[in-house]
Amino acid sequence: MSEALRRTPLYSEHVAAGGKLVPFAGYEMPVQYPAGITAEHNAVRTTAGLFDVSHMGEFEITGPQALDLVQFVSSNEASALDVGQAQYSTLPGEDGNLLDDLLVYRFADRYMLVVNAANREKDFAWISRFLDRFDAKLIDRSDEIALLALQGPHAAEVLQKLASIDLAQIAYYRFANGEIDGSSSIISRTGYTGEDGFELYLVAEDAAHLWRAILRAGESLGVMPAGLGARDSLRLEMGYALYGNDLDETRNPLEAGLGWVTKLNKGRFVAGDTLRRVKEEGPAERLVGFRLLQRGFPRPGYDVRHSGRRVGKVTSGTLSPSLGVGIGLTYLPTDLAKPGTAIEIQIRGQPIDAEVVRPPFYTDGSIPR
Amino acid sequence: MAIVPEDLHYTSEHEWVRRTDEENVVEVGITDYAQSELGDVVFVELPAVGNRYDLMQGFGTIEAVKAVSELYSPVAGEVVAVNQGLDTSPALVNTDPYGDGWMIRVRVSSPADLDQLLDAAAYNELIG
Repeated sequence: MSEALRRTPLYSEHVAAGGKLVPFAGYEMPVQYPAGITAEHNAVRTTAGLFDVSHMGEFEITGPQALDLVQFVSSNEASALDVGQAQYSTLPGEDGNLLDDLLVYRFADRYMLVVNAANREKDFAWISRFLDRFDAKLIDRSDEIALLALQGPHAAEVLQKLASIDLAQIAYYRFANGEIDGSSSIISRTGYTGEDGFELYLVAEDAAHLWRAILRAGESLGVMPAGLGARDSLRLEMGYALYGNDLDETRNPLEAGLGWVTKLNKGRFVAGDTLRRVKEEGPAERLVGFRLLQRGFPRPGYDVRHSGRRVGKVTSGTLSPSLGVGIGLTYLPTDLAKPGTAIEIQIRGQPIDAEVVRPPFYTDGSIPR
Repeated sequence: MAIVPEDLHYTSEHEWVRRTDEENVVEVGITDYAQSELGDVVFVELPAVGNRYDLMQGFGTIEAVKAVSELYSPVAGEVVAVNQGLDTSPALVNTDPYGDGWMIRVRVSSPADLDQLLDAAAYNELIG
C-alpha cells in the first residue's frame, strides 16, 4: 500500500462535512459522517441518504460487436436489455470463478459496465484480452465520471425538485439522460440499499455542485450524507453480496447464489463450459444468510459451526440496525444450506446460536418489487 | 474536538477514572475521544459485581458498529457496581461518556495504582 490513495471529486465535501475518511479500494472514502452509521442507515430507510460512490469504475464498450463482447465476458443475458435498461451481472474467469460483479447498461450506441473500484484495473486487463476476437472498443471512463447515489423512500421526491425530466417515467433498473440542477446526468433507478433511489452518473467537474444541491433540496426532509458504514449495513440487510467479502476469485456465481444472473444457454460465453459443469454437479457449498438467535455481533472471519465442527466462516456480518439482531452471510456445505438449519457463530470463544435464513433479512424497503 | 475533563484520570487505553465519595472506590468509563473513534456503540459486555481484576486486565468488551474493543481495568480491585443502564441503552457511551455512560465502579486494592494514571494534560497530549 505504498501507492498514494486516490480521492473522488467529492473529497472536499466529505472533509467539510466532518466525514471520517478511511482507505477503501485504493480511495480515501468516508466511512461515516458526524451523525454516525446508525443515523445514516436509518435516514436511508426512512427518508433518503446521499452516497458518494465515485470510486466505482465505468467502462464504455462500443463498436459493431459491442454486445458480443459483453455477452462473452459477463454472465447475464445482455441481449435481453432494452436501450435505457440496466442489469446486474457477474464477470467470471475461464475457471468460472468471480473476477467481479457489475452492472451492465445498454445505451443506443454503446454499453457501460460499472465495476468495483478495487477490481477496475484487473477487469480492464481481463476484458482487453478478448478485444482481438471482437470488433469492439473498450475505454475506461472511471476518472472522468462521478457517481452519486440518492437512496431512500423520499429519493424521488427530493430529486424531482432538481430534475429536468419526469422521474416517474424511469422504472426500476431503467435509466434516462436528463439534467439535475443543470448538470447533464445519466439518471439510473438503481441502488444497493433495498430502497427506492437513483444513481447519477455525471462529469466529475459537476459532482460537488450537485452534491450540495441535493443535500439542500433534501434538507427539510432530513436527507443526509451517508458513508460506507451505512452502505454496508443497508446492503447486508438485503442479503446483497459484496465483492471482496462474499464474492472473490475462489467462488463461482452458482455457489454465490447468483445463478439468477448466470445464463448458461446464451452462446459464446467465456465461462460457459465450466459453469455448465458446475451446475450439473451442483455446487459443493452455497452462500446463505443467517440470523443470530442470541445477542451478538457477527463479524467477518468468525467461525461458523454445526454439530460441534467448524463448517465455514462469516463473510459479512453486522448487527442489523433495522431489525436489532445479528445477521450475516456465510458459505455452507449444500446439505446445511437449507433455511432453518441450526448453526453456531463463534464470537470470541462463545458459541452463539443462529439459524440459516433466506435473505432479504429486511423486507419493508421501498424498493420497487 | 474531544472533551477531556480536568478532574478525571486517564489511561493510554482511553479509559477515564473518577474518584467517588466512597474511599478507594473509583468509577470507570471510556473517553469522549474513544467513543468518537469507535462510533455507534451497540453492546457493552460488563463483568459481574464481585469480580476481581488485575491492573490492565480485560474486564469487558465494547461492541461498536465498526469494531469490537476490549476494556482494560485501569486499577486492580473488585467490581462493586456495574452500569445496568448500558444493557438497554448502550448508546449512552456515545452521548454521555463521562456521565450516564459510565461502566463500572471498582474498590481499588492498591491505591498507588491511581498515581500511575495520566492527568488531563497528559491525556490530551496522547490524543494530540
